[in-house]
Amino acid sequence: MLRVCWKGAHAAALTLVWCVCGRKKPTVKCILNMVFLFCRSNAGKIVAASLLTVGGGLGSTILYAKWDPKFRANIEKSVPYSDQLFEMALGPPPPPLVPLQKKPGKIEPLQISSLSEASKESKQPKAKAKKSDPAPVEAPPAVEEMCNSCTSQFVCVCVGEESKDHHEPALKERPAEEVSARLAQQDKVEQDALAALTAGLEESLGSSAKTTLQAIGAQEAVLTAIATHTNKLKEAMDSQTPPDEKSTQWKALNEALSDRTRAMEEAEEALLKAKGELEILRGVINSAKQSKIDAARPQILAAEENLHSMIVDLDKVVTKVQTAQTEAKIMSQYSELVNEAKAQFQQELANITPEIQANWKGLSGKLSADDLNSLIAHAHRRIDQLNRELAEQRVREQIHIEVALEQQKLEDQKALERAVASALEHRREDMRLEQEKKVQEVREVMEAEMRTQLRRQAAAHTDHLRDVLKVQEQELHEEAQEIMNSKMMEQETHYRRLTQEQLDTFTLDMNAAYARLKGIEEAIDSHVIAEEEARKAHQLWLSVEALNYTLKSAGADSPTEPLEGAVGVIKENCAENEFAQALASALPEESLSRGIYGEASLRARFYDIRRLARRVALIDETRNSLYQYFLSYLQSILLFEREQVAPPAKLAPEDLDTFRLLAYATYSIERGDLELAAKFVNQLRGASQRVAQDWLKEARLTLETKQVISLLLAYANAVGLGTTQAP
Amino acid sequence: MSEKELGQKWDHCLADSAIKFGTGLGLGIVFSVVFFKRRTWPIVFGTGLGLGMAYSNCQNDLRSHYVLHIIYVPQQLICCNVC
Repeated sequence: MLRVCWKGAHAAALTLVWCVCGRKKPTVKCILNMVFLFCRSNAGKIVAASLLTVGGGLGSTILYAKWDPKFRANIEKSVPYSDQLFEMALGPPPPPLVPLQKKPGKIEPLQISSLSEASKESKQPKAKAKKSDPAPVEAPPAVEEMCNSCTSQFVCVCVGEESKDHHEPALKERPAEEVSARLAQQDKVEQDALAALTAGLEESLGSSAKTTLQAIGAQEAVLTAIATHTNKLKEAMDSQTPPDEKSTQWKALNEALSDRTRAMEEAEEALLKAKGELEILRGVINSAKQSKIDAARPQILAAEENLHSMIVDLDKVVTKVQTAQTEAKIMSQYSELVNEAKAQFQQELANITPEIQANWKGLSGKLSADDLNSLIAHAHRRIDQLNRELAEQRVREQIHIEVALEQQKLEDQKALERAVASALEHRREDMRLEQEKKVQEVREVMEAEMRTQLRRQAAAHTDHLRDVLKVQEQELHEEAQEIMNSKMMEQETHYRRLTQEQLDTFTLDMNAAYARLKGIEEAIDSHVIAEEEARKAHQLWLSVEALNYTLKSAGADSPTEPLEGAVGVIKENCAENEFAQALASALPEESLSRGIYGEASLRARFYDIRRLARRVALIDETRNSLYQYFLSYLQSILLFEREQVAPPAKLAPEDLDTFRLLAYATYSIERGDLELAAKFVNQLRGASQRVAQDWLKEARLTLETKQVISLLLAYANAVGLGTTQAP
Repeated sequence: MSEKELGQKWDHCLADSAIKFGTGLGLGIVFSVVFFKRRTWPIVFGTGLGLGMAYSNCQNDLRSHYVLHIIYVPQQLICCNVC
């Protein structure tokens, strides 16, 4: 690229040098050559192409900017220094349009744009509201500008409000796109018409306002002219200026008069024009009224009001002018009269005092006494004359007054009629306007009320919905709660049932177990008892056996151990066994404390007893000397008998012999029948008895003990047998 | 031991007789020596006395069971018992 540029530059430089050096000025040929040179080389081609495109772009931009000022403005905004370029190429940018003409146009596009925005973004009321806000905001200042003289600022607000309100319903109440688009379209159409109307109204208003102003100004000028004229007149009549100034005054007065006439003419013209314009305005208003656009109503109303006020002002001014005129007329009449009188007086004075030319008011000190006297006389005469005239006048006063009154009445009536008519008209208009205004206000109020009511309704609806929803929620909640409760109850009952079942089964099991346990316990107890019994029986048996065994402990000639230990044991072991206790306590004391002799010892001892008993067989109560003892010894030695004789079943009296008894006893003892032996020994008498007493006691003891023990044993055996369970 | 009683009695009797005999003999001897110039009749007499006393004692002893024995209770004791 650089090389291309360098080549191109080099080529251009060469050709230029060639042109400059070769020729005086670069000719077309030279240039063509340059172009050819350029065209020949590729670099030249590229450069040419680029230049062409750039130039083409610039040119097209400039042309388009010339055609479209907005585009020009955009470019000027975006590209720096482009505004200078444009100025250079196209001249200054076109000025913005006249505000009066521009702003209605502005309102239109703004409103339309807002509408289009509304149609596009129907779901963004906020944006819409925002965008609709600048439209009314811009509209009021525009309208304000136009209605400077009018006190119709509230109209602008109304317009703004109308447009705003007009947008709001489209936003709030129907958010559906279709409906809003339709409404927007309707709004647009209305807005267009309204805009046109407003434009027309405003135009006519403006023009009529202008003309009215002019007329009013003219009238006021007339007023001022009249005022000045009358003042001047008054001054001219009343002032005591020197004659030269008087002439100037009269000149001034004439000027004033001419001014006045001119002003009056102008005022007439202006008035006519104004009236014409007002008529036009009225026509426009009527047409606007016929168009029946709600939005235009306040404007129409405002225009009407303006019209009315303008008419009123005009009329006022006209009446003012008329009054001023009448006053001026009066003034002029008065001035004429005064002039007449003055002239007359002057004449008289001149007649009387020809040298005095001053008026009769401001007399200087130049006058002489005669003059004064003549003057005084004249004055007196004048006074008399005037008095006579006065009297005459007084006489004719009544008639004059009546006539004047009549005239005045007529005039007054006419004036009154006129004034009343005009006032009535004005009033009517006022009332109508007021009525319309009130109607408008009422309508607005109604609209607002309706809106509020609708809003209230909507709010009520929402409230109702809310309430219904709440109620529904409540109901549903309750339902759900109920269902939940029922389910919970179910679950609870189920659970309870299950638990109860469990409990029941458990209780059953427990009961069964308990019963079994109890059974077992009872069984065990009974077992225990049985075992206890068995043990006791066993113990008893053991103790009895021990007792029995202790019997065996009897050695030869020595008693057994004292049985009380064993018996104590028995008693201990069988504390609750009454039988055993009885039996145990039935044992003789001797056996307990001393023990008993065994059978063997008793047997052995028996033989001693036998011998002794044999020796003392003869001794008894009667025979108990020593000689008897000797004899009984002798008997015992000499008597030979069988040692053992079997005892008979029944004892006869002859068997009660000592020796026989002893034989029986021996026989029994030898057979182990201690009891029988004891029985036999018991039959001994006398000394034998005494001798055998101890043995007998012992035998008895032994026998008793043995009997008891055998009983105990039998009992123990029986008990033991009883306690042992048969398998 | 009732059977021993007799024996005891007999023992006692014998012992007593022996003692009486001895004593009698002794006394007899003594008397005879002392009083009766060594005659034999005091000795025999004494011995006989002794033996006789012993026999009597023995008999009484053997008979004592069948003889009623009076127990003399003083008057005061009875009165006290009653009071």
